[in-house]
This record gives sequence, C-alpha cells and structure tokens, in this order.
Amino acid sequence: MFSEVSLKKIEELKKRYPRPQPVVLAALWMWQEEHGWISREGMVEVARLLGIPEHHVYGVVSFYTMFNSTPVGRHKIEVCTNVSCMLRNSDRIVRHIQDSLKVGVGGTTPDGRFTLVEAECLGSCGTAPMMQVGDEYYENLDEAKVDAILSSLK
Amino acid sequence: MTMEPLILPPVPGLRGIDVYEAHGGYGMLRKAIAMKPEEVTDEVKKSGLRGRGGACFPTGLKWTFMPKQTDKQKYLCVNGDESEPGTFKDRQIFELNPHLLIEGAVIAAYAMGVGTIYLYIRGEYNKWIAMVQKAVDEAYARGYCGESILGSAFSTSFTVHRGAGAYICGEESSLMNSIEGERGYPRVKPPFPAQFGLWGCPTTINNVETIANVPVILRLGWEAYSKIGHPKHPGPILVGVSGHVNNPGVFELPTGVLLTDIIHKYAGGVPGNKKIKAVIPGGSSTMILRGEALEGVTMDAEGLKAAGSSVGTAGLIVMDEDTDLIRVLTRIAGFYHHESCGQCTPCREGTGWMHKILKRFERCEATTADLDLLLEVANNIEGNTICALGDAAAWPVQSMIKRFREEFEKRVKPTLVIASGTPVIASGAPVIASGGGAYGATTTKQSGLPVVIASGAAGATKQSG
Ligand SMILES: Cc1cc2nc3c(=O)[nH]c(=O)nc-3n(C[C@H](O)[C@H](O)[C@H](O)COP(=O)(O)O)c2cc1C
Ligand code: SF4
Ligand code: FES
Repeated sequence: MFSEVSLKKIEELKKRYPRPQPVVLAALWMWQEEHGWISREGMVEVARLLGIPEHHVYGVVSFYTMFNSTPVGRHKIEVCTNVSCMLRNSDRIVRHIQDSLKVGVGGTTPDGRFTLVEAECLGSCGTAPMMQVGDEYYENLDEAKVDAILSSLK
Repeated sequence: MTMEPLILPPVPGLRGIDVYEAHGGYGMLRKAIAMKPEEVTDEVKKSGLRGRGGACFPTGLKWTFMPKQTDKQKYLCVNGDESEPGTFKDRQIFELNPHLLIEGAVIAAYAMGVGTIYLYIRGEYNKWIAMVQKAVDEAYARGYCGESILGSAFSTSFTVHRGAGAYICGEESSLMNSIEGERGYPRVKPPFPAQFGLWGCPTTINNVETIANVPVILRLGWEAYSKIGHPKHPGPILVGVSGHVNNPGVFELPTGVLLTDIIHKYAGGVPGNKKIKAVIPGGSSTMILRGEALEGVTMDAEGLKAAGSSVGTAGLIVMDEDTDLIRVLTRIAGFYHHESCGQCTPCREGTGWMHKILKRFERCEATTADLDLLLEVANNIEGNTICALGDAAAWPVQSMIKRFREEFEKRVKPTLVIASGTPVIASGAPVIASGGGAYGATTTKQSGLPVVIASGAAGATKQSG
C-alpha cells in the first residue's frame, strides 16, 4: 500500500503531464522509499493508480538500475568505480568495504544492514573516490573515512 | 585570459531567490518578455552559443527549428541527466545557481512559445533535485513560472522529472521516452524532436549548462558574449577536471583556454610532478590524446577537432605516466556495454565483444589478431546504430589503438610453445563474419585464444573472455 501522502502526491503529479503514465517513475520512487524495494504488489498498485498495464510497469522497473526489484540491505552502498574514481583508487575502497563487512560486491550482510554494489559514474569525479549511500554522497574517501561512515550507519 | 564567473559567480547564498534577485536575478526574464520572442532567439543565435551537452550544436539555430504556427503543445526538455563519466558540472549549477537555470529555461520557453518545461535530472542526484525543486517553488511563488508570467500573456509550467539510473536517458530521444514513462530506448531519427518529440509534439532538448547561458547572453548582449573565448565557440564553459591532478574540480573558464593551463594553472598540476601520459578531454566518449600532444591545444570545438578529439562535456580526465591505459579502456568499454540499451545489434554485441577482448589484453592473454579484431568491431559499430552511444563506445577504442598502439602490443601474450618445442603462432585467429549485419550470428563466435597444449608462458589455464 501507498501512504496517504504519496497517494496525494501522485494525484498532484498527474496534473503535470498530459496523461498519467509519465508519473510511473515518480510513483515507483515513492513505493521504493516506503518499502525499500519494489515488489510485485508495488508494481500492481502503480499500474492500477495510473491505469496502465502491469507488464509496462514491470518493464520500467527492470530497465532502470536504481529500482530494486529484490530486497536490499537497509543501506545500499554504491561505490563508483568508473574512470575518474578508478584513477583515484576506488578499487581500494571497494576492497576495504568488502573486508570490513565481509560481503562481496552484489551481496548483503546477514544482518540485512548493508548491500554493496559498484556503480557507474555518479557525477562526483572531481571528489573521487566516492560512494553513495541512500541520497547521501560521500566524497574524497579513504579507508578511515569509510570506517567512520560505516559505523555511523545503523 | 581572465573572466568574471558568469554561470557560477561566488556569491554566498545565491541559491536562494532573495539573494538571486538582489544580484539582478530574473531581470533578464523581465527584459525578454518585453522583447518579441523572435528577437530573443535572434540574440541567442548571434551570440554564437553552442550546446554544452556534448554535440556543440548552435543553440539559437536549434530553437528556430521549432514551428511557430502549430495547434500542438510545445515542449522544452532541459537535460540534466549528466551521466557521462568524467562530467560533474551541471550538478554545480543545481547546487550553486539553480535560479539562473530556471530563468534561462523560462526565457527559452518564451522565445519558442513553449508552455511546458520539463527538467530531467538523474535519479542519483536526489539531494540536488530537492535544491532545484525548492528554487522552482520559489520561482512559482514570485510569478516567474506558471500563469501570466510577470503579468504578461505568457504562461509556462516547470516540472522537475527524476530519472532512475540509466546513462542512455541522457540521449535526447531516450530522455523523451523516459519522461513519457517508457523504458529509455532511443528513437530512430528522423523525425526530429522539433517536429515529433514528446507525445508527438514539437520539442526542444537543451543541456542544463546551455540553458544557464541564456540569461548571461541577454545581460551582456550578444556582441559582448560572442567575444568571450573562442570566436567560433564562444562563452564561458564549465570545465570539470578529474583524475591525476592536485586540485580537481569544476572551473568556469572562457572557451579557447589551453588544456595545459587548465591542468597546471587551475587544477594545480599533476601530483609528484609526474608526466602526463594521456588525457580524455571531454568525458569518456571523447577521443583520448597523448600527453606529449597537448601543447597549444585549446578547450573549444575547433581546437579539439584539430587535435583529433572533441569538447564533449568538457570533463577533462588527466592520467599520469604510471597509468595503465589498457585498464582504463577496459573499464570504459565495460561501461558502454553495461549502458547499451540493446536495440541495435552492432552496439549490443559489439560493446560486449570489445569489453571481452580488452579483458584479454588486461590479463596479457591477447593475441596480435585480437588487436585487429578489436579495431574491426569498433569500426563496425561506428555509424551503424540508432543513437550515438554506439559511436561513443567506438571512439575511445579507436583512438586508443591509434595513439597508444604500443600499450596493446605490450600486452600481447608471448609466443606459445607446444610440448615438442615447436613454436606456434597464435592461430585460431578470430574471424569476424564479413558482410554487413552479421553481428550476433553464432558463426562469428570465437575463442580468440589458440589452444594451448603446453606453454612456456604463464596463464595458460585461464579461460578466455
Ligand atoms: C548516450 C548519450 C548520452 C547523453 N547524455 C547526455 C547528458 O547526460 N546530458 C546532456 O545534456 N546531453 C546528453 N547527451 C546529448 C543529448 O542527446 C543532446 O544532444 C543534448 O542534451 C542537447 O543539448 P545541447 O544542444 O544544449 O547540448 C547524450 C547523448 C548520448 C548519445
Ligand atoms: S546505439 Fe546502443 S544505446 Fe543507442 S539505441 Fe542502439 S543499442 Fe541502444
Ligand atoms: S567517475 Fe566516479 S563519480 Fe564520476
């Protein structure tokens, strides 16, 4: 189910476009923010609210990399490993997180706290290496900084 | 070559509408609305502004493609997808001067008679989306967006549309599909967006930085603006410098600035005073240049064309003498493979092949024939796809082979030796099916590596690809 607030926002957003379908990304974002990931139930609900076919919503979810179609940890850590970050040793950051959390890239810690993934360029190349957790950008990383960030994320 | 920052002036609190207004903000919208729409377009045309989204297309000219008489809605999409590796400039505008962007977009909408503006921002930038949204709300509250702007007959809405992670959505037709709530597949052109864009209506797509230049042009006047930087590609440009420099960041500079000045004067030079092995001048899609060939090269369309590359997004990536360029290229190839939307066979298959071949070079398991194959795959992608992602994937490979051939040659696997001691030239050289359009046919599949019976060289047990 969507929260009342989200339902209202979806209705507001519909007025911004000549038809309801363009709201699909925003609605999926709201579902993911409320539930952590987008389940079948979420897709059905979005399809119903916008009056579009379910398979279309599924197609959208599977196309965009930021939508989680399976559950993820409470904190999804995305370390950019693209060129500018690579030149500034993002591989060391990835390795350090793997070692500290004992989780591989793509994996989730058994307590469900963290999921670790590698990301493409996140638009933070001048402050490389960097990672994104939730909406937050953590920039100019080194091992000590990573330790402090990880322990602050409960 | 100095210049007051025009896009990102160092004014504390400029993000808020009060400070923005106190510094003359929205005065250019007022000025524009007192002009005829064609006069505004003309001003932009004469200023010489060229798009900052990668292709350097003349902005005023693009605006004239929009039909004047039409009973359809007209749209402006502002492209803030900013996903080209090495690019982080539009984010600075969102953070430091979002009202300049909003003002520019409303002026552009006025010039083209557009009633609806969508600003598309990549999903990862949620924090910056919030900043921009706040500015948009402020602009609405003061009558700079919405109905009867500044008491005139002109109305336009402004909506921020959040993406969800896909490089390809920065490509203009894919961006429109994404706004429509589709998967972000690029469309075949023609028809062009100015005729058949969003929902089949006339649409213009401009980059965030391009649009932010519009109020600046009106403020300075086209003549003064056109004298900033390079005459054929004038104006301020946001240059993002990353990689091996002491002081990376975004620098607002006049076009025509020397690459060597950007690196040494602004970005603080290379750590440890090391030599520069290579630079990628304008984001990962642009052709790589040798460090020794940077003397005299300038950051503008003409200068970089002459040097055998392009401005792209002006995201300059610097690599020092110790950089493993094969590793860099392999990473870039992996990116394009990951981001290919899969509609065109040459791009879908070719990017995967290039990545696979490059991984062999990375592990020193490639053959000399692999180098030819790599180039052939790249050449077969270039120009044969629906959108320019294919070209963007081919150019880094082609330019690296052309300019750094020795890096590949160093990685070719040493001659193999069969147990008997007879040297074997890497046979089994991969064959690419000739005759256009053969990509993906199973017959073209190849292992690329000769079968090794016993090898004097290392790595014989590793799997290829
Ligand atoms: C694969 C691909 C990705 C692109 N990504 C962006 C982008 O993130 N931002 C952008 O402004 N233009 C991007 N472009 C260029 C756009 O298609 C378009 O040319 C540009 O937004 C036009 O704006 P301009 O004329 O103001 O430069 C991309 C093009 C391609 C082929
Ligand atoms: S060139 Fe690549 S990204 Fe572009 S439409 Fe074709 S497959 Fe998709
Ligand atoms: S390459 Fe890592 S943020 Fe751009």
